[in-house]
Amino acid sequence: MDELLRPLQFEFFRNGLMVATMAGALCGLVGVYVVLKGMSYIGHGLSHAIFGGFAASTLLGINFLLGAGAWGVASALMINGVTRRRVIASDAAIGVITTASFALGLALFAFFDGEGASFDAALFGSILGVGTQDVIAVAVVSVMASALVFLRYRALLFTTFDPEVADVSGVNTARMDALLMLVLAGSILATMKILGVTLIAAALVIPPSVARMLTNSFSRMLWMSATIGALCGFAGMNLSYHLDVQSGPTIVLVAATIFGVIFMATSPLSRRGQRRVRPAA
Amino acid sequence: MTAAGSEELVALAGVTCRYAAEDVLVDVDLDVAPGAFVGVVGPSGSGKTTLLRVIAGSMQPARGTVTRRRGLRIAYVPQVETIDWSFPVTVAQCVLMARVRGRGLPWPSCAERAAVGEILARLDIEHLRDRHIRELSGGQQQRVFIARAMLGEPELLLMDEPTSGVDVRLRHEILHLLDDLNARGLAILLTTHDLNGIAAHLPHVVCLNRTVLGAGRPADVLTPDVLERTYGASMQVLEHGGMPVVVDSFAHRHDPVTGLSDRSVV
Repeated sequence: MDELLRPLQFEFFRNGLMVATMAGALCGLVGVYVVLKGMSYIGHGLSHAIFGGFAASTLLGINFLLGAGAWGVASALMINGVTRRRVIASDAAIGVITTASFALGLALFAFFDGEGASFDAALFGSILGVGTQDVIAVAVVSVMASALVFLRYRALLFTTFDPEVADVSGVNTARMDALLMLVLAGSILATMKILGVTLIAAALVIPPSVARMLTNSFSRMLWMSATIGALCGFAGMNLSYHLDVQSGPTIVLVAATIFGVIFMATSPLSRRGQRRVRPAA
Repeated sequence: MTAAGSEELVALAGVTCRYAAEDVLVDVDLDVAPGAFVGVVGPSGSGKTTLLRVIAGSMQPARGTVTRRRGLRIAYVPQVETIDWSFPVTVAQCVLMARVRGRGLPWPSCAERAAVGEILARLDIEHLRDRHIRELSGGQQQRVFIARAMLGEPELLLMDEPTSGVDVRLRHEILHLLDDLNARGLAILLTTHDLNGIAAHLPHVVCLNRTVLGAGRPADVLTPDVLERTYGASMQVLEHGGMPVVVDSFAHRHDPVTGLSDRSVV
């Protein structure tokens, strides 16, 4: 027990644990909309795009949150605009924007010989270098995302489920989509130090998928996904310290293990359930 | 859009709509009166769904005017094929979406719960309120979306292909339900591919192929001439029990024994 509690005496670990737990909950919450709107690929792409902004701001000596934030918001709005226009297939458009941005980040690091700890941390996540600023950033984005989900719950649900009728019913679906993209960009930005850009997509997708297997109710799916995400962040960060593996992989592996267990546990049940399901008289 | 002083719920005058550079609707004139029950028929790509969007206000015409009565409440029922049936919502949660502009809190008030219960009872699906939407029959699924539309107490109900892909029994069930709602004063405008099963049973039919090619009672509108201009194919119209029955002339010519086949009836 002492061994388990020992890392808590270090400030960097306490910060890392707080950020990982909040990051897990945040990605779990935002991920519900990402998964139900079929935006998983956008989440994956956006995290890669933000890497370009991270590289540029690191090398130019600009504050990471400001530089990568501006880059992320621009990428999010560009992806949102491209997918709404439907001139070319949206997955192809996302591939172009985000992969080019990721490649630019890699090129910038190579060109200025900037590879090192921060490079690895951005790609795979790291507990080292997580400071008070990161705790505040992830807390602020979490509060903003929760406020959006609470205050615009009905409009977001309608837009996610049935955008055409939501539009007719007076919901500004374009604004809702843009708000979701901004929150998604903010979430990726605030969590990338812990999770790493290559692994954030898993934190966005696995907790909602686990929650979906456990409930048919949207509101329950929201809090279950956030709780599962927080648990994965907490457990993954502790494992990261004790196994001396980067935090991104351990958090994702904890989530993937939970997914596997719930999938196995619910599969026979759901098959029986489907047989039972029949139209009510 | 301007507010109408006239009695019509919606009036379209010279409406032209475009997607990219292509005209989908050209110079459409159409009035919907209170209590009307209108079926819009036409081939695929004739602009039926665009017409619904223009009436609903989710699409603006490139030319022409759409005049709605001041404060008109319109509800829209989408094609059930467009719905994601695996989405995690129960029947009651789905119906409550209509109250998107109600109170800001996520959970329903007591009054909202009661209103949902009342509308579900009216459509005979109150016992299903906590069921997931996938666990319903086709008719029950259609009723859920009609219930969601009705929760906003609309004066005009717009429905996109309410009977596409449903069997004969369910088609009758939906038609009876709509007839009942119309008898209580609700104006309904629906699009349909089904000339004999739906359009011929309605009091008013509009033949559409980018523009309105005929409008009026089915017996007056479903004629070989109007249908050929609408569908670009020769059709014969028989009469059965005082109602027109549309028959595909091509199949008719090629079936020497009966002149009719399952495939021949449109």
